[in-house]
Amino acid sequence: MSFVWTLAEQHGGRLKDVSFELLSRGRALADKLDTKLASVVIGDGVSPEQLEALIRRGADEVYAIMDPRLAHFVCETYSNILSHLVKTYQPTIILAAATSMGRTVMPHVAVRVHTGLTADCTELDIEPGTGNLLQTRPAIGGNIMATIKTPQHRPQMATVRPKSSRPLPEDATRVGKVIEVPLIESLIDERVRVTGYRTDTADFVNLEEADVVIAGGRGMKKAEHFGMLHDIAGVFGGVVGASRDAIDRGWLGYSHQIGLSGKTISPRLILTAGISGSIQFLAGIKTSETIVSINTDPDAGLHKVADFGIVGDLFEVLPELQRRLHEHAAAPPAATTATADDERPDERQREERV
Amino acid sequence: MDIIVPIKQVPETSNVKMDPETGTMIRDGVGTVVNPLDLYAIETALRLKEAHGGIVTALTMGPSPAVKALREAIAMGCDEAVFISDRSFGGADSWATSYTIAQAIKQAGRYDLIICGERATDGDTGQVGPGIAAWLDLPLATYVASVTTLPGADAPVGLSVERLVEEGYQILELPLPALLTVVKEIGSPRLPTLRGKKRAKVTEIPLFNAQNLELDPAFIGLKGSPTKVVKVATPKVMRSGTVVRAHDEAEIALAVDRLLAFLDERGLLPRGDRP
Ligand SMILES: Cc1cc2nc3c(=O)[nH]c(=O)nc-3n(C[C@H](O)[C@H](O)[C@H](O)COP(=O)(O)OP(=O)(O)OC[C@H]3O[C@@H](n4cnc5c(N)ncnc54)[C@H](O)[C@@H]3O)c2cc1C
Repeated sequence: MSFVWTLAEQHGGRLKDVSFELLSRGRALADKLDTKLASVVIGDGVSPEQLEALIRRGADEVYAIMDPRLAHFVCETYSNILSHLVKTYQPTIILAAATSMGRTVMPHVAVRVHTGLTADCTELDIEPGTGNLLQTRPAIGGNIMATIKTPQHRPQMATVRPKSSRPLPEDATRVGKVIEVPLIESLIDERVRVTGYRTDTADFVNLEEADVVIAGGRGMKKAEHFGMLHDIAGVFGGVVGASRDAIDRGWLGYSHQIGLSGKTISPRLILTAGISGSIQFLAGIKTSETIVSINTDPDAGLHKVADFGIVGDLFEVLPELQRRLHEHAAAPPAATTATADDERPDERQREERV
Repeated sequence: MDIIVPIKQVPETSNVKMDPETGTMIRDGVGTVVNPLDLYAIETALRLKEAHGGIVTALTMGPSPAVKALREAIAMGCDEAVFISDRSFGGADSWATSYTIAQAIKQAGRYDLIICGERATDGDTGQVGPGIAAWLDLPLATYVASVTTLPGADAPVGLSVERLVEEGYQILELPLPALLTVVKEIGSPRLPTLRGKKRAKVTEIPLFNAQNLELDPAFIGLKGSPTKVVKVATPKVMRSGTVVRAHDEAEIALAVDRLLAFLDERGLLPRGDRP
């Protein structure tokens, strides 16, 4: 039986969280198909310890292709390598993250190996009987959910959004194989060169990979007032986002924009203040786990989709929320403490804390 | 620098209506627009043309009415347009679409650069741009937020671009011809001009169809699409949320109280044990 694969991601030799999130999706599918789960890591300097972590969090095998020339993502080379691996090992499913890398290399590979790809799946399942992958995704700005399959072609390829699933807890008893796959020279495409990174931009945010997003809209009235949101985000270890209206007024840079023409995010918590909830904004947050809305207008669209809505003036509610959150954060440790080295709480740990 | 801009006509998303019975979109009476994210691709192409000369060609694949999108692109300043339309292309997924467009581009003639929008607001996959690059074996940069040209003896020979990635901006150099997909940050799209609108009316738009395009019939339309839609459902938009009023001091305190309790219940409240 051919394997289920996930495409791990690394930056600067460090595996990204999403690599582990993909494994929980892949594990469920591999178990249903009664096959193995493998994770492919293309990059440089990812330590053996990190590769083992992929096994402890669900993989049966890890294919590691490491070379200094693979340190940075270059679509052509990564696509050559992945296409070559696909042709060699013939997996049945490949899952990747809907990130700037996954969304670029997956369609490239799908063309090369002649198979279907479904973007931004929110649900993945196996069709009983046929073993086909059922891929469900929102379309038309989240107005419909489409279930898609790739019946005649293999592998079946899909991307899922970062933060849309939780990693499995580490299981030190899991055993698996880490296989170092040598790089075939001819797969390196030298046309495109990475000449650097610019991360110095003061006003830059990594919205898609944040667990908590505190977002403001036109109702915030002034750039200065976003200080309140930054403060709240700080307490949660989250980041600040915004509606297009706030971005267009120059209150924050484009990387903060959520929605149809900005980022689509699936954080564990999004708290919005002074955002009406236009179709275009909602398209960007629909798959979030928990939505909280603060708006003076009881009929605001956001109150309709929110898990918790407060009908009130954000200039009164936010300061009170800030005060209470700081009070809470300063309180003595609760009876059960989260371990500092495990930044990824899973369902089980969450229950234990209650 | 000759540039091709593949665009898509999409329904105006602000008033999408769904048929509650069938779960499909009601297309009747819904306005169509050029995919808003493609306007940034057109803008990028026009700016490069202004700096370096050349011709900008808009290209679209779609049913007959989609030709209107090309006229809008010309009204903005594109010089020429190519329309790809045939019944047999209908129902194409991103794989078959990128194949058909790539074949048309091969036949359309010379180009130095192809610029696509980040994704279409209806299909929302962002897969056609990278797919075209794969078919044509062109160097690819996605999520491009800024472009500068690398000068050659008499014309640019390459581009230096900044890609918006999770960590910031990745800076790439790529030779021409190449394919870019651009994001909103690249610059505000211009409005159509009166002169452009007049020109749009009279510009002849050549049609590519199943007769005059060299195509593998097994690669086009619904039949040639590896992915199949098997079910469409309308998601439940409403959540069974709590909404509380906070109009005076007491209500505000109570509302915040309840919010904190709610967050705590869901394991979302940061605890006092943070370092
Ligand atoms: C093609 C297209 C793409 C688009 N893409 C996006 C996108 O990606 N992202 C996006 O966000 N928008 C997008 N839009 C724009 C979108 O339609 C809305 O215009 C925008 O989301 C509105 O932003 P807002 O909610 O901040 O402002 P508004 O709609 O003006 O809402 C402000 C809200 O603040 C509330 N408010 C005011 N004062 C207070 C107060 N003191 N306390 C509490 N609440 C208060 C008001 O009740 C109101 O609900 C797009 C539009 C189009 C046509």
